Order: sequence, then C-alpha cells, then structure tokens
Amino acid sequence: MKQTRCYKVCRLLFAAGLLAITLCGCTGDKLGNGQGTSVSVDDSTTQAEPKKGGSVVVGIQQDLDSLDPHMADAAGTSEVLFNIFEGLVKPDKDGNLIPAVASKYEISEDGMTYTFTLRDGITFHSGEPVTIDDVIYSVNRCAGKLEGQEAPLVSAYSVISQVNRLDDHTVELVLENGDTELIGYLTAAIIPKDYEKQKEAPVGTGPFRFVSYSPQHSFVMEAYDGYWQKGLPYLDKVEFRIVANTDSAMLELKGGSIDLYPYLTSDQARELSGQMEVLVGTSNLVQALFLNNAEKPFDDVRVRQALACLVNPQEIMDMVADGYGTEIGSNMFPAFGLYYLESTKDLYEPDVDRAKALLLEAGYPDGFDMTITVPSNYQFHVDTAQVIVEELKQANIRAKINLVEWGTWLSDVYRGKQYQSTVVGLDSDLAPKDLLDRYHSTARNNFVSFSDEEYDRVLEEAMASIDGAEKVEKYQRLQQILAENAASVYIQDPAKLVAIKKDLSGYEFYPVYVLDMAMIYYK
Amino acid sequence: MKQIGKKTITLIITLLLISFAAFLAFQVIPGDPSLSVLGMDATEQQIAAYQKQMGLDRPMPVRYVSWVWDFVRGDLGDSYHYGTSVGGLLGDKLPVTLALTAVSFLFILGLSIPFGILMARFADTRFGRLVNVVNQTLMSVPSFFLGVLLILVFGLMLKWFTPGEYISYRESTTGFLLYLIAPAAAIAIPKTAMVIKFLRSSVLEQRKKDYVRTAYSKGNTDNRVLFIHVLKNSCIPVITILGMIIADTMAGSIVVEQVFNLPGVGRLLVSSIGYRDYPVVQAIIVYIASAVVIVNFIVDMLYRLADPRIREE
Repeated sequence: MKQTRCYKVCRLLFAAGLLAITLCGCTGDKLGNGQGTSVSVDDSTTQAEPKKGGSVVVGIQQDLDSLDPHMADAAGTSEVLFNIFEGLVKPDKDGNLIPAVASKYEISEDGMTYTFTLRDGITFHSGEPVTIDDVIYSVNRCAGKLEGQEAPLVSAYSVISQVNRLDDHTVELVLENGDTELIGYLTAAIIPKDYEKQKEAPVGTGPFRFVSYSPQHSFVMEAYDGYWQKGLPYLDKVEFRIVANTDSAMLELKGGSIDLYPYLTSDQARELSGQMEVLVGTSNLVQALFLNNAEKPFDDVRVRQALACLVNPQEIMDMVADGYGTEIGSNMFPAFGLYYLESTKDLYEPDVDRAKALLLEAGYPDGFDMTITVPSNYQFHVDTAQVIVEELKQANIRAKINLVEWGTWLSDVYRGKQYQSTVVGLDSDLAPKDLLDRYHSTARNNFVSFSDEEYDRVLEEAMASIDGAEKVEKYQRLQQILAENAASVYIQDPAKLVAIKKDLSGYEFYPVYVLDMAMIYYK
Repeated sequence: MKQIGKKTITLIITLLLISFAAFLAFQVIPGDPSLSVLGMDATEQQIAAYQKQMGLDRPMPVRYVSWVWDFVRGDLGDSYHYGTSVGGLLGDKLPVTLALTAVSFLFILGLSIPFGILMARFADTRFGRLVNVVNQTLMSVPSFFLGVLLILVFGLMLKWFTPGEYISYRESTTGFLLYLIAPAAAIAIPKTAMVIKFLRSSVLEQRKKDYVRTAYSKGNTDNRVLFIHVLKNSCIPVITILGMIIADTMAGSIVVEQVFNLPGVGRLLVSSIGYRDYPVVQAIIVYIASAVVIVNFIVDMLYRLADPRIREE
C-alpha cells in the first residue's frame, strides 16, 4: 500500500454542485491505461542518443524505512533501493522477470524446485565477486533460516523448505508444496554474506552504489563502474531528496533544484507543463471504497451492490484527477495483462434506480448512515471519499468522513477491522495471488472480512495449479466472484504523473513500484 | 549559586514530568511501532519477535524506568524506524535547528531594538504612525506563509537562492548560513514586529513617568533622556518577551523547516510521531523542554542584572 497524495481540496469544495458540468468536460484527457504506457507531452524528447554522465536530483515523498533491503517494507523504499540491489531475478518495464544475479533459472514442472545459475563475473559494490554462499545466505536470511532468526523477513519465502548448493555456480530451492508464483518474489536482494553494516552502508550488485544517507533529507548514490550490464547506468550521480510535501516539492521543481518528480497532482501537472515534461502512466494500485463485510449494513450483498451502482469511477477521476486514471471493477489492475479481467468494470453501471431497488429489497428504503474512515496523509483518497459522499446522497445514504492518521489507520482499520468503510489503494508484487489471496476467508490480511466458499476453493486451486492457462482462468474467475459479490466498491488504478526536466530522457513506467534511474540520461 | 541549584532541580522535575506525559500519550494513542518497521502485513510471529528484540513486551513502567536510566547514562536508545542510535540521528539534525533558532534570534534582536527605539522616538509623527501600521501587519503574518512568500519572491522571481538547494554545514559553513537567511527571516519577521511593538509601548509608558520630567528639568536633551534614563527601565518587559520568543522560535523552526526542506529536528519529530518511533520523539521532546527551561533561567538572571529591585527580593 502506498501513497498518492495531495490533490487540492479546494477544487472539491465547490465540486459537489458542479458534478454534471465537469463530467462532460474532461473525459478526453484520459491517457493512462495499461502497464508501461507513457504518453509524453513533448515527443521530440524520446529519440535523442543517450549520453554518459551528469547528475540528477529526484524528489521522493517519504523517507526510507530501512537501508537494509530485507528489512525495508515501504513501497517508497523499494523504489529507491531498486537501483542499489538486485535479486536472483528483477522485473523489467514490461513486467517480465529477467535474470539478474542469476544468469538463468529453471522451475521444475511440478513447481517444487527452482534451480538458479549464478551469473559469471558479477561483483558487489565492494568489488568482491558474488559467490554461491552469498546467494544461499541471502535466501536463508529472507526465509528466516539463519541462526537466531525467529521469523522470515520476507513472508513469501516461508514456503522454501531447503536451499541446496549444487556446485559453485548453482543453487536449488526446494519448496514445501508446488508454487510457480514464487519466482515473482525472488526479486529480493542478494547481499554479501555476513556483512553487518547493511543498515548504514548498503552494498549490493545494482547499477548504482550507495554514497550517503541523511534521514528526512537525502539519499545519494553514484554509478557503479563494475555493473554487469555494460554501458549502464548513464548518470554519474543521483540524489533522492525527501520533500516535506507536494507543495514544497512544487516550489523546488519551479526553482530548478529537483530534476525529476514522479508524484504530481493533476493540478500541478497543468501548472508545470511548458516548464517541464509531464509523463503519464499508471500507479498500479487498486483504489477502492473498501467495505467491512462483517459490519452492518455491509454484511448484506444487496447493500454492497447498491453502493457499487452509486459510485461512479469516471466521475471520481474527473473530479479529483482531471479525468486521468483507469477504471477497474475488481481487485486487480490492468498491468497484470493476461490475468486481468477487464469486463468486471462494466458489471455495475451508475444506476440510481437499481441502487434504490436493491436497498429497498435489503430493508433500507430510507437509506442509512455510514462512516468512511480515510488516512489523512493520502489527500488523493480523501478527495475521492468526498466525491463518494456526494454520490451516495442520491440514494439517501448519509456518509460521513472520519480522517485518521496513518498509524491509527494501520492498527484500527487494517489490522483491527474496527471500521465500516475506507478508501485506500492496494499495491502488489509481481504475482497475481498477491492481490487476490487476501480475500480468502481465513487470510490474515482479509481486512474487508470477505467470506465466500466458492472463492476459497477456487483460490486454493489457482495457487496449487501449475498450468499457466488454468491459472489464468481461475484468477479471472476470482475477480468475477469479487465483482459479483461486490466485496468492495472498486474504483480505479490512479494515474501516475511524472515531471521530468526537458533535457532528461529515458524514464520508464514499471508495473511495480520502482524508479529505474539506470536508464535515465541527458540528451 | 543557590538559585542555580534550585533551577536545576526544577529542570529535572520538569523533564521527568514531560517525558512521562509523552510516554503515557504513546500508550494511549493507537498505532504500533512494529507495524512501521515490519510492514502492515507482518505476522503475529514477526511482531512478537520484534517486540521481544526491542524490549516492547515489557510492562510500561519498566520500560519508562529503563529509558530514564539509559538516558541518565547518556544512552538515548535506538530508533525503531531507522534502526540506528537516536544520539547519532539527533547529532546530525540538532545543529541545523539550533543554528536556525540562533540566526532567527539574532535577526530579532538586531532589528527590533533599534527599530523599537526609533519608533518610540518618532511615535507622534505621521511617519511613526505609518510604520506602526506596517509593523502591525507584519506581526500578524504566520511564519510558514511568510516562508512561502519569501521563496516565491526571492527564490523563484529574483533567484537570490534556489529553493531546496540546502547546503550541509559539513560542506560549507558560509553556504549553510546563507541558506538559513530566508527561513530565519520567515521566523524572525513576525516576532521582530512583536518585540518592536512591546519596546515602543514600553518606552512610551516610561516617558510619562515623573523621573523623566525631572531629567528634562535638569537640562538633559531628548536623546540623553531616552538612552540614559528611559531605555533601561523599558528593558524589563522586553526581556520577558524575548525569553518567551526564544521558545517560540524553536517551535516556529519546526514548521518552517518543512517549508524550506531543512533537515532539522522538526521534520524528524513530525515523521517520528507518525512512525510511533518513541525513542526519537522522547529525545526531541526532552531537548525542546530543557531548552525552554534553560532559556527561562537565563532570562531570570538577566532580570537581576537589569533591575536591582528584583535582586533585593
């Protein structure tokens, strides 16, 4: 889960009355759809020849939670550390997993064993070659199998039962049960064995090496000349600067001290166009009005469906993001390609009469009162909730917004399930189960308390399946079940607006939350 | 000497009370530091292991006492969020906030005293009344807003400095101090206006006193009466207000640091509360509280210097 913030509230203050007008106004601007899509405002910038050298300052929105890649959890941190560390495999911009520290890998047909061959000549930033022991150490560390460790550091690794060294260049992971999706998690960093200062001075195999870090201020890295992909990175030096908020980021963008900023609001994008290039892609989030299925009145599927008929994603996108964004209908976003079931978004067209009929059937002819609990640090979700409140009024549902601080949201809403409804965005690793397994009736992170027998069964089958086509079919069925049961009211995959200096090029949108600085260059 | 002993005891009691209140507040508000470290989907097993490792599973009074004990021995503990020592974290940020506070205070002192006297001197003229209106306006502008204005005018339009291009004091002291001018001005201007107003009315008040008439009758000039007789008496309320303003300036720097992207304790404090990073919050609170108490102590001492009547009491 991560942050997409700071759309100006003032737009919304008078928004309610202008719903209809804006609706027909700016739907034509919708640019971002699907993974890796980037539509640049100025096309001439993309063709120039990459040049070596130069330094860039990147504005980021939140501080790093740890420099140790296995301890770091925040999406904003992996965005930065992606440039320092690499796993056995790493994602490319199309969402494929390409070999990184491993030069090739094989997954047995039953999904029980994964075999990796170490890349020849790959070195850590310290100059030391990466050995098979480093790989075994790193995997064991993630899986919590080192001496003194009580729990895995990366929970997906708990399915690994053995890590076997086959020879000096080959390692084999044996799983407890067949799982072909684990590969999506093997992007966790390979780090030097027994290096104890990972928290202060991280060492990895990525295109950049760590230089310095000042909490709440900056993270500096420079090109690693021994990087295995020859010719990369282009830049000499990159500084990630932690900005206090989007408003001060805006001042720094205008003043020229930030060269790249990937979290513009639509208002800011408009203001900056001309001065900087603005790229549009997707954030790869599931933004939804999540409903607590265990709480009245949302324990009734008809009430949930009625809400789905009242909430209009296009209207929300127009109101809070100038029409940018991609409508979704279930707990998945288009970057998942094959797995994504697009038709779910058409299941509930805005229809007030249908909503009223459903409410009448459910025994709420006069509507009801409800609370939407929203984390106050995510302005984008707060704005979305404000539009939803207006939309729900059409069927006399009286919603009120309860703003809470992020720490409170985590403990009360997400973990404590003490809430009626909430608006947030869910992100995902490169494995479709990451988004769907939380709806299993016994899942620990099933914070909407969704429970459906068929869903549980299909999910278990999907995870056990090692046949590609069957997996796709099952995962699509799961999305259909969620949509039909209106497990929550799914809204959109928000757009990501990136400001980049006009003489820079090479920015790529990824289907995961990373900021690949290796490809960026001065024209 | 006796005074210093008394004040030291007050300081210790104040700090104990404040740190205990902060500690208690963290027990009451929802949220768990382990979630900010381990992630929102951490298993109970992971959380239990982490709490054991950090000693969070002990009862609250035990944790408080152990924190106080470590603090007395100079060990501020480890930050939950950053996993590094709090001492190291603060050691990096404190100089920034202290420098900002000091520069702002010098601004206030350097501008308000001469201008206050000048305004009292020309209080009755048309010019004096005009300046008074300007002064009132400056007094009512909030620092963070002034900060944004300064960035717009001097940063973006006149390009005297680049917003966000902070230079560390480790790299260049001059560059660092130069970058502090704008944020210090943002903090200092409203406070300066406040001190000017105080000084002006204090001087005007004193000028009505009998001793002033006596001084004039002895043949003193306007300036001599003002600088030798009136000013000294006018200083006492101003010292009080200056003491309060130092505390205010520190609080102001927390907000203004965010506007100018300065890596001081202010931003660290705000983010640490969000992360429930208790050791960091506690250390910063104790630092701010002791600064306020110490400044008040100094102010008390200055009173004694300025006014012999207080000394006798």
